[in-house]
Amino acid sequence: MTTRITEIWVGLFVAAGIAALFMLAMQVSNLSTYNSDSGYDVTAYFEDISGLKVRSPVTMSGVRIGRVKAIEFDKQRLSALVTMEIEGEYNTLPDDSSASIYTAGLLGEKYIGLEPGAGSNDCEEISLDDSGEISIDESARNDCKPSTLQQGSEIKLTQDSLVLEKLIGQFISRFMDEDKKETVK
Amino acid sequence: MINQLQSLGHKALDFFQRLGRGHILIVDVLKGQPALFFRPRLIIQQLYSVGVLSLLIVVVSGFFVGMVMGLQGYNTLVDFGAEESLGVMVALTLVRELGPVVTALLFAGRAGSALTAEIGLMKATEQLSAMEMMAVDPIRRVLAPRFLAGFISMPLLAAMFSAVGVLGGYFVGVGLLGVDEGAYWSQMQASVDLYEDIYNGVIKSIVFGFVVTWIAIFEGYDAIPTSEGVSRATTRTVVHSSLAILGLDFILTALMFN
Amino acid sequence: MDENKTLVKVRDLKFARAGRMIFDGVDLDIQRGKITVIMGPSGTGKTTLLRLIGRQLKPMQGSISVDGEEVTTLGHRRLYELRKRMGMLFQNGALLTDLSVFENVAYPIREHTNLSDELIRTLVLMKLQAVGLRGARDLMPAELSGGMARRVALARAIALDPMMIMYDEPFTGQDPISMGVLVRLIRNLNDALGLTSVVVSHDIEEASSIADYIYLLSGGKVVAHGTTEDLANSDSEWAQQFMKGKPDGPVPFHFQSQPYTDDLNI
Repeated sequence: MTTRITEIWVGLFVAAGIAALFMLAMQVSNLSTYNSDSGYDVTAYFEDISGLKVRSPVTMSGVRIGRVKAIEFDKQRLSALVTMEIEGEYNTLPDDSSASIYTAGLLGEKYIGLEPGAGSNDCEEISLDDSGEISIDESARNDCKPSTLQQGSEIKLTQDSLVLEKLIGQFISRFMDEDKKETVK
Repeated sequence: MINQLQSLGHKALDFFQRLGRGHILIVDVLKGQPALFFRPRLIIQQLYSVGVLSLLIVVVSGFFVGMVMGLQGYNTLVDFGAEESLGVMVALTLVRELGPVVTALLFAGRAGSALTAEIGLMKATEQLSAMEMMAVDPIRRVLAPRFLAGFISMPLLAAMFSAVGVLGGYFVGVGLLGVDEGAYWSQMQASVDLYEDIYNGVIKSIVFGFVVTWIAIFEGYDAIPTSEGVSRATTRTVVHSSLAILGLDFILTALMFN
Repeated sequence: MDENKTLVKVRDLKFARAGRMIFDGVDLDIQRGKITVIMGPSGTGKTTLLRLIGRQLKPMQGSISVDGEEVTTLGHRRLYELRKRMGMLFQNGALLTDLSVFENVAYPIREHTNLSDELIRTLVLMKLQAVGLRGARDLMPAELSGGMARRVALARAIALDPMMIMYDEPFTGQDPISMGVLVRLIRNLNDALGLTSVVVSHDIEEASSIADYIYLLSGGKVVAHGTTEDLANSDSEWAQQFMKGKPDGPVPFHFQSQPYTDDLNI
């Protein structure tokens, strides 16, 4: 009988331990946001990524849609090549979207914010006809989809991380310039 | 002068002899592990006395440590208007450091000292000798299951400590001080990394479990078989384990979070 | 023929502990089926001798053979096989404190055989019956008196039907009744089970009442040996002093020391 109670206790102990590990993995850490299989990779070049890290979030309209997968330095272009993994369900991002590096809060983490572009779809045949009116060829619209970001596509429009020192530097130099102009007058 | 030199030399030799015996012992204990799979009952018995009986102190301490961190963290963070980061602070501190380290210290005090005293007394009352003469190898029959039980229990206890601590921080932060519940969890999830933080924390606790149990069974087995010898061995277990935990924690932290 | 009659053969045994010679060339022969008593003043390493025979200690020099096997060089596996055929009764029983009397006696059987619970129960009760403690099977070792604990330990020692049993000071600290019980048990078990017994003791009366052969140890050497009558009638000073319990003789009353007057600085 005592061995039975012992065994039950040990069973409870092991179960509670595993439950605690599971809770740490699911509730405390970011495991629930891992689903790496279904995503696709997109690259972008930045002049300055200071503060951005691998696994920093990638957001659009403030919603996290992916993560930074890798950061490399491109020796030819002398700039940083950032590979982002976008989750598979967000497969309708226009290919002329732009990427910027922002800071969450004043001192917070760096993240990449994507802004959708207009969609450089060449579906609508827009032309000026002889009478000078704009004619839109509606027929083409149905069979064509706007071109979207795919596995391996590159985001061309990028804006670098705002570095506080640079900003202050620019501000001061402009201030000085204006000062000079005034003295000239 | 010469005498002092001699005593230093004697101590050094003694130290290395003990170190050597400790290593021989752990090799023998590890060799005894495979046979345990055929006798799960032995391990269950030890899991009970090593793991289950340490449960209460670990869970209660975890909850209080979590609550204190909720309180302290809130008071610090609120000055920066960053009290939403309370969850991150509590979780990271627990998972990376306090969970494994404090659990290991408690484990050394609760289970390690009990192991040493038990084995030491078995030696002092000739039970280990009697086993040997019954052709039962005490290393395999007594030490090996205790070692395995300690090795298994430690990471589970550390995980429980951290989990309960996070709940304790939640209780104080969200329940009493009014931090936003969503922010507590979501900021935590955004900043705590499964591999970098949790996985490394678990590895730490496994290493500590190995070392503490090793020290405990070695001190018991190597104890001078008198009441004084056993009591000194028990003290040594707690002191040496605590020092080993803190030293190893520094090394592991430097290796992991570099 | 003579070879076959000797179960344990010790030759030129030397052993030192903490820089002190405990045995300095001991030769012993222990006959099969007999009770051999090893006597000597306290501190002569009688218990150590038993541990050497069981290879819990390793001698510095010399050979010890048990049933034809040289124990000083035996490998781990062979040694454990040999130990299954040896029983040892420790001074205070050395029962496993977390197991009941029944489980203590069942312990070696469970460890070394795959017998069914039913059969183990029968065997254990038989062994307990032999030592007269069948009724105490559910007690814990802490609830036993010293004499009872030794009897349980004896039941445990014979659990695997060994060829020999070594008794380490079985009579120390016993009241006359339990001493008498133990004396009778040792004799009866030896004859009934065809055992070979080695008894280490300094209780002359009890030990010599059951001894078939006696070895007297002193100063790391065998100083006299023979049957009880041989020793009682021997003209060896050692034997005379020990058998008659004289306070002074070849075994000095004083521990080795510098002259008394020097020590007192007179």
